[in-house]
Amino acid sequence: MTTTTRSQPPPAVAPAGTVQWRAQAWGAFQGLLIPILSVITAILVGSILILLNGRDPITAFEGLFEGALLEPRGLLATFRNMTPLILSGLAVAFAYKSGLFNIGAQGQLIMGSIVAAWIGFSVEGLPGWLHVTLAVVAAGAAGALWGAIPGALKAYANAHEVITTIMLNYIASRFAEWLISTGSTDGIIKPGPLSDPNATGAIARTPEILDSAKLPVIYTVPPNFELHAGVFLAIIATILIMFLLYRTTFGFQLRMVGLNLKAAEYAGVNVKRATIMTMVIAGMLAGLAGGVQTLGVNHHYEGNQSLTLGFDAINVAFLAGNSAIGINFSAFLFGAMDAGTTRMARNAAVAPELIQVVQALILMFVAADQIIRRLYRIREAGDGQRFRISWGNR
Amino acid sequence: MGEVELGFAIIATINATIRFSVPITFGALSGIFSERSGIVNIGIEGMMLLAAFSGFMTNVILSEPDVSSALQAAPVRLSISLAVALLTGGLAGLLHAVLCIQYKVDQIISGAVINILAVGLTGYFYQEKTETLGKLPNLISNPFSKSDSVTVKFADNFSFSLPYDIGSILFDKDLITYLSLIMVLVVGWALTHTTWGLRTRSVGENPRAADTLGIGVFRVQYTNLFLSGTMAGMGGAFLTLAAVGLFERGMTTGRGFIALAVMIFGNWRPSGALWGALLFGFAMALQNQLQLFGINLPHQLVGMLPYILTIIVLAGVVGRVQPPAFVGQTYEPE
Repeated sequence: MTTTTRSQPPPAVAPAGTVQWRAQAWGAFQGLLIPILSVITAILVGSILILLNGRDPITAFEGLFEGALLEPRGLLATFRNMTPLILSGLAVAFAYKSGLFNIGAQGQLIMGSIVAAWIGFSVEGLPGWLHVTLAVVAAGAAGALWGAIPGALKAYANAHEVITTIMLNYIASRFAEWLISTGSTDGIIKPGPLSDPNATGAIARTPEILDSAKLPVIYTVPPNFELHAGVFLAIIATILIMFLLYRTTFGFQLRMVGLNLKAAEYAGVNVKRATIMTMVIAGMLAGLAGGVQTLGVNHHYEGNQSLTLGFDAINVAFLAGNSAIGINFSAFLFGAMDAGTTRMARNAAVAPELIQVVQALILMFVAADQIIRRLYRIREAGDGQRFRISWGNR
Repeated sequence: MGEVELGFAIIATINATIRFSVPITFGALSGIFSERSGIVNIGIEGMMLLAAFSGFMTNVILSEPDVSSALQAAPVRLSISLAVALLTGGLAGLLHAVLCIQYKVDQIISGAVINILAVGLTGYFYQEKTETLGKLPNLISNPFSKSDSVTVKFADNFSFSLPYDIGSILFDKDLITYLSLIMVLVVGWALTHTTWGLRTRSVGENPRAADTLGIGVFRVQYTNLFLSGTMAGMGGAFLTLAAVGLFERGMTTGRGFIALAVMIFGNWRPSGALWGALLFGFAMALQNQLQLFGINLPHQLVGMLPYILTIIVLAGVVGRVQPPAFVGQTYEPE
């Protein structure tokens, strides 16, 4: 009896399989649809704001598009902006995969940035390839170290990483400010150890890095707009992170901790180690983002460079649903928006902050997908993949 | 440094401490309203900035020459500006509530949205070179006059000087400064002695149990988020209507995040938050006044202290803090 019942194909399963397949495909399609509609809706709301100020939204967004993609110079700026956004976006997404909210990309990035500058101007007599590699590695290590702090605090003292990383952002920024500070005019307070002794301007900064520490230039738009090789670093990092997450035991453990901490613990995952390692790798990625900015773009460190990069990273990661490949696209979009802002402001007399509003709205719509679903009448794909992680969950 | 100068430096530091602590106190109260009812609020910074801006802009618009003089009279103009600031904060609080409760957005993401939105919106609508007709006046003026500055001699070689402006520690303050103290007392009392307080705490600790007892969980959260926004709004209004009288882009410079730290520092209690705010305010004041005391440390390093302190407190090295049990999670009614 039992054998016959077993051999019979259960009738309900086959159609259910197709339904499941369809639901999966629909879900995957929505994974693209919701972000795209979010971007469009945010731009529409932005247009209303432009109209409110009595300007022409079409001229404005045309200007944005031209400035970001059509001119060679703008396209180059887009790629240049994209590079640190990919790396710091990965820093947020990677931590998120293991259930940690890394608001500290900003601080990790500052540490990477200033250490890259330090190695860049102080180490002399190395061949170019070695010097630049050393500087990049040092930037990653500095970020990793800065990320390890909230990781260890989380693992051993259960201090919530959102608060500790916010605090560490401020500490990093003050620390870097001190390193490059010019000291008091009467000489009582000494200048910071990394400050430029020959600085003439009002802005505190480090000395310029040596030529041997500069990232190689892969493309130049005359007269002097350069694209550095950091963009390859970002793409390699994407591939490595995907490999780590989905093809290694360690990555599996990290994701398991993120999905169900108790189950992971029960299965014998060393959660403390996983937490610290997650933040170390996330910090390293953000540190690299800061490093490529210094070694490829600015060629020195000054206080007010990349002010919002760490926060844009959160936006970039979530627009991509924390997928490593998706981050490359959302970073491209955000990089393009930043690159086209100047042209938009000039063509349509719109304040550049408008782009920040649009970016905030994108994050809002992506996170509150119900608004988009309601607006465009899109039905839910089975089990909604909603972001749910906060204070109490870990 | 002479004795009189030292006296002045001490008083200046105390006054600066109070001035820095007021917006942080309100920010911390904002966090307490929100988090005691179970909703994490990292958007305090943005709410403050939005309110600072709207209060300032209202003041600017009412200061224009073609506005009727009845509206332009200082009490009316500033009251309207303050009200608009509070309302803006409250609306931003409601936006946070709608995103978190109605649309079940992660509470930290929602807070981040408000922060980025605030920087963008205020920067976008801000116009350079706008002028106002003055800021909030001091409520009670200093009864000591300049002639009260006296040197008290105890012995031939020990004299002690009492600068006249010692009175300015208590007096010569604006409405919002006094309100910050009053609100700390009122909120602290209300949390433990009123129906509202009991409901708020029960929702923050165990919403399921509160729901079973017939408490409208979401209603409590919406109310508290509105109030949370108005508190942040008060902090923002202090910056543009009382302390500076001007608006600058991104002028809150992290005060909302410090307020969050102070809230934790004070263990989610108003009185604790007040001490925390004074401590942080003191560290901020010290940064600016160090050289007055002849201490030659780079101010950036001193500026790191409050943040390091917060981490130490959070790590449980000095005492343990206890967040509301349900904070950060989305309540799903059955």
